[in-house]
Amino acid sequence: MNKNDIIQTTRRIESGEPLLDLIDLKTHFKTDRGLVRAVDGVTLSLKRGESLGVVGESGSGKTVLSRSIMGLLPSTAVKHGSVKFAGQDILGFSAKQMRHLWGAEMSMVFQNPLNSLNPLMKIGKQITEPLKLHLGMDKATATATALQLLRDVRIPEPERRLNQLPHELSGGMRQRVMIAIALACGPTLLFADEPTTALDVTVQAQILDLIGEQRRERNMSVILVTHDLGVVAGHTDQIAVMYGGKLVEHAPTKTLFANMKMPYTKSLMRSIPKLSDPSHTRLATIPGRPPDLVNPPLGCNFAPRCMYALPKCHVEEPPLTPTADPKHVYACWYPVGSPEFEKRDAELQANGYMPENISAVS
Amino acid sequence: MAGTGKAHLRDGDKVLSIEDLVVEFKVGRGNTVKAVSGISFDVLRGETLGIVGESGCGKSTTGRAIMQIPPPTSGSIVFEGAELTEVSSNAVREARTRVQMIFQDPVSSLNPRRSVRDSVLEPLEIWKRGTKEEREKLVDEILESVGIDPARAAESKPHQFSGGQCQRISVARALVLDPTLIICDEPVSALDVSVQAQVLNLLEDLKEKFGLTLVFIAHDLAVVKNISDRVAVMYLGKLCEVASSDDLYARPSHPYTNVLLDSIPEADPEADHSVGKIVGEPPSPVSPPSGCRFHPRCAYATSICTSEEPQLRAMGDGHFVACHHPVETPVKIS
Amino acid sequence: MSDGNIHGAETAVDAAGITATGGDDPNGVSTSDATAQANADGASSKRRLGLGFWIAAGWLFIVFFAAVFAPWLPFKDPEKNFIVSGERPPYAPSATHLFGTDQDARDLLARTVFGARVSLTVGLVAIGMGMLFGGFMGIIAGYFRGWWDRVISFVFIIFLSFPALVLAILITALLERSLRTISITLGLLSIAPVGRVARATTISFADREFVLAARTLGAKNARIIIRELLPNVLIPMSALALLGMAVAVVAEGGLAFLGLSVEKGPTWGKVILTGAGSRDLQKAPWIAIIPIIVLFLTVLALNFAGDRIRAYFDVRETAL
Repeated sequence: MNKNDIIQTTRRIESGEPLLDLIDLKTHFKTDRGLVRAVDGVTLSLKRGESLGVVGESGSGKTVLSRSIMGLLPSTAVKHGSVKFAGQDILGFSAKQMRHLWGAEMSMVFQNPLNSLNPLMKIGKQITEPLKLHLGMDKATATATALQLLRDVRIPEPERRLNQLPHELSGGMRQRVMIAIALACGPTLLFADEPTTALDVTVQAQILDLIGEQRRERNMSVILVTHDLGVVAGHTDQIAVMYGGKLVEHAPTKTLFANMKMPYTKSLMRSIPKLSDPSHTRLATIPGRPPDLVNPPLGCNFAPRCMYALPKCHVEEPPLTPTADPKHVYACWYPVGSPEFEKRDAELQANGYMPENISAVS
Repeated sequence: MAGTGKAHLRDGDKVLSIEDLVVEFKVGRGNTVKAVSGISFDVLRGETLGIVGESGCGKSTTGRAIMQIPPPTSGSIVFEGAELTEVSSNAVREARTRVQMIFQDPVSSLNPRRSVRDSVLEPLEIWKRGTKEEREKLVDEILESVGIDPARAAESKPHQFSGGQCQRISVARALVLDPTLIICDEPVSALDVSVQAQVLNLLEDLKEKFGLTLVFIAHDLAVVKNISDRVAVMYLGKLCEVASSDDLYARPSHPYTNVLLDSIPEADPEADHSVGKIVGEPPSPVSPPSGCRFHPRCAYATSICTSEEPQLRAMGDGHFVACHHPVETPVKIS
Repeated sequence: MSDGNIHGAETAVDAAGITATGGDDPNGVSTSDATAQANADGASSKRRLGLGFWIAAGWLFIVFFAAVFAPWLPFKDPEKNFIVSGERPPYAPSATHLFGTDQDARDLLARTVFGARVSLTVGLVAIGMGMLFGGFMGIIAGYFRGWWDRVISFVFIIFLSFPALVLAILITALLERSLRTISITLGLLSIAPVGRVARATTISFADREFVLAARTLGAKNARIIIRELLPNVLIPMSALALLGMAVAVVAEGGLAFLGLSVEKGPTWGKVILTGAGSRDLQKAPWIAIIPIIVLFLTVLALNFAGDRIRAYFDVRETAL
């Protein structure tokens, strides 16, 4: 497939049609300690214009997932499964082929704008570069487009900014510049990898709104990778919860929060301090640490830490099962709402959800 | 907003009493960063005071000023009756045994070349407390109470532990000298959500077990509310609002506090996630705005806000606000 | 609150060095719990010194051993002329003279070994002075900053700006051309480079929170410098010192070519110089080539070992 073919295919995808399809995607890394199963079988799909939140903690594989789709992995990575972008399987693409897509069809916004921008290059140049490279614009058109992009991302005094260097801008503004660069060539898919974790909360809100606004205007799909459930609650259409490299729950956003099935998701919600709780509310914690991805536990990855685990969980890995709503899938033998779960939950509630009283921790 | 204003200071058994604290740094070409510009607050024994604000508000600087690292430009810091700014440097060093600090980055808070147990033993060795056996026994006990296996600690270096564990080790190190006050400078910001909960619970437990007083500095309002009895909101070196935790969140009166609360993404898709009434970004602390420092970004600002700095006024029930136009209607919290 | 006992083994999360789920925020703080863990584990897979290091170390050991014990080992007298009647020197390498002889029939193996004594002494004194004085000044400058830093940095700049050659010529002209003066000259010249590295490393460590923590625990400055900073600063300094030694050895060779090296006895530079005439290079290349090879291998071994040490310790540092 040459450059033009790839671009033409994506342009043809209409809003609401599937843009990205992951089928049993696996990414493993070869290390001295063994094979690290960073992403271990993820299947989901995203339509054009939709926004997907990928939520997980360290070791969940959420960042590796987004980079696997983008094709930004080191040579020690071994990939399986398929990634269909606009109907085209791009998993096997070489870097040369991926370069036609990077910036032009799919872009990424990273966590730390200070590290992601070239400290020695003027802002204007960093934006016009992809324009000239991918879209073949001449300098005048590129500069005009860059100016418009800066206005789109609501940077004050855009003309002045073109000639400034990154360190002259604040963190929030740098992140806006990053977004401008990512949006420059009008990609159909935007990855935002913890885009606001390094920012203040007021700036965070502005950036998330900006991403949402641009998504609607450009009919772009967005994959928002974060550990913050609050961030995905308000800015995504569907949410995928990852744990230990596996997709453990996947549902439309409203459904997920209304009807969580995975005990992990539920425990995660309970361990977050909420403004609505009075002060000194005891937080329910998840004991233990994320699993060893070289030697994952037998059965369910989360079982060793799960306060609701029963013997079957330690032996057999639960498959992804749909609920009554086919768009909501989860991987658990005894999900929230099942009789076993409710029974256990009642016991735990009596003890205040304290892990010290649980012997389920192996 | 003000910061000057002492209406909110109380009587009682005060572990710490700060008045008119000013911390300024010289940077580069003759500019001065006015990190903290005249704030006052107190901490009663057994209380947890939360100091909350965004980057550049001066909260970390305040925490370090209490430890005299570096000593503040001016102002009074009275710790357990002793005026820290006036005593000799030796006395300050000695006072440090009763005020301890926990930092944000758990891994770099520990010497990478030392076993973790040695790092926890260090304070006892500096102050030559007890015999070798007594020191080791104490350290092992404290390590266990923070959930770290002492045997593993003796043979492992910081990089072999997770971030949450390193933070517990730092807590253990802070406890070893049996301090009265512990200043926590963003101790959970670098941790995963589930680990964060563990450390917060741990701090609460230890506070009770060892009879500690805490100053908890953070930018995450929900975390601060969870652990604090009383909360102070800072902006650009000044205090905006001081109130008990529940009260602050139920009835935020300062426009900035309202904006902060509005901006927090709630884990609830039904909540209103549109941006609150905030524009732009915090100005540079080198040349802060005149009058109320928040006025350029405040939706309620009038002419008096540009010229006159508001003082902290009582709103009832130990709730104090520094604003010419405090917000009366409480923000909705779902 | 059980933690850390479940999976005592480290989690090799997002290994292969990808900036994983949490990068660093502007405060340089890792936002993910296991990133440090992961980096350390990804790093531990490269944490061996490697076969190359041991080969280099082996060579250095041989050279040092031979140099130190030369008088007692069965080498020939380096100054004696082993003229065989009927044949004009220089003699090619043979069973009697493993490296051959030079034009005056002096045994080259012996001269190389005894020359090593000079070259290595020069190297060791040079880095010794560098680490001792340069290191001390650099740490003081880096830790206390302010006035100390300005003065010491200025001193470093002066040292660095002084043309090394001119200094060497001056000293040898004014004083004797002995091993001591040459060593001290090169020692003086290595103070600034080592000092600057010490200063930079100290600055980067002094900012870290564990130093601040030590201060809040009540430690005095001296204790902080010795117990907290020194172990951390020593490693990059040592790696640099090995490289510096290589430079000193080569510098001595250069001085010898200018006729400025040690007067008495063989040095590597002088031995090479003996065979460096164009006619000798054609007719009796071994006179120059063999000592050149020995010099080259030694310098290579020093450079390589220094680099491996730096990498070995660096890897853990970047993870933190």
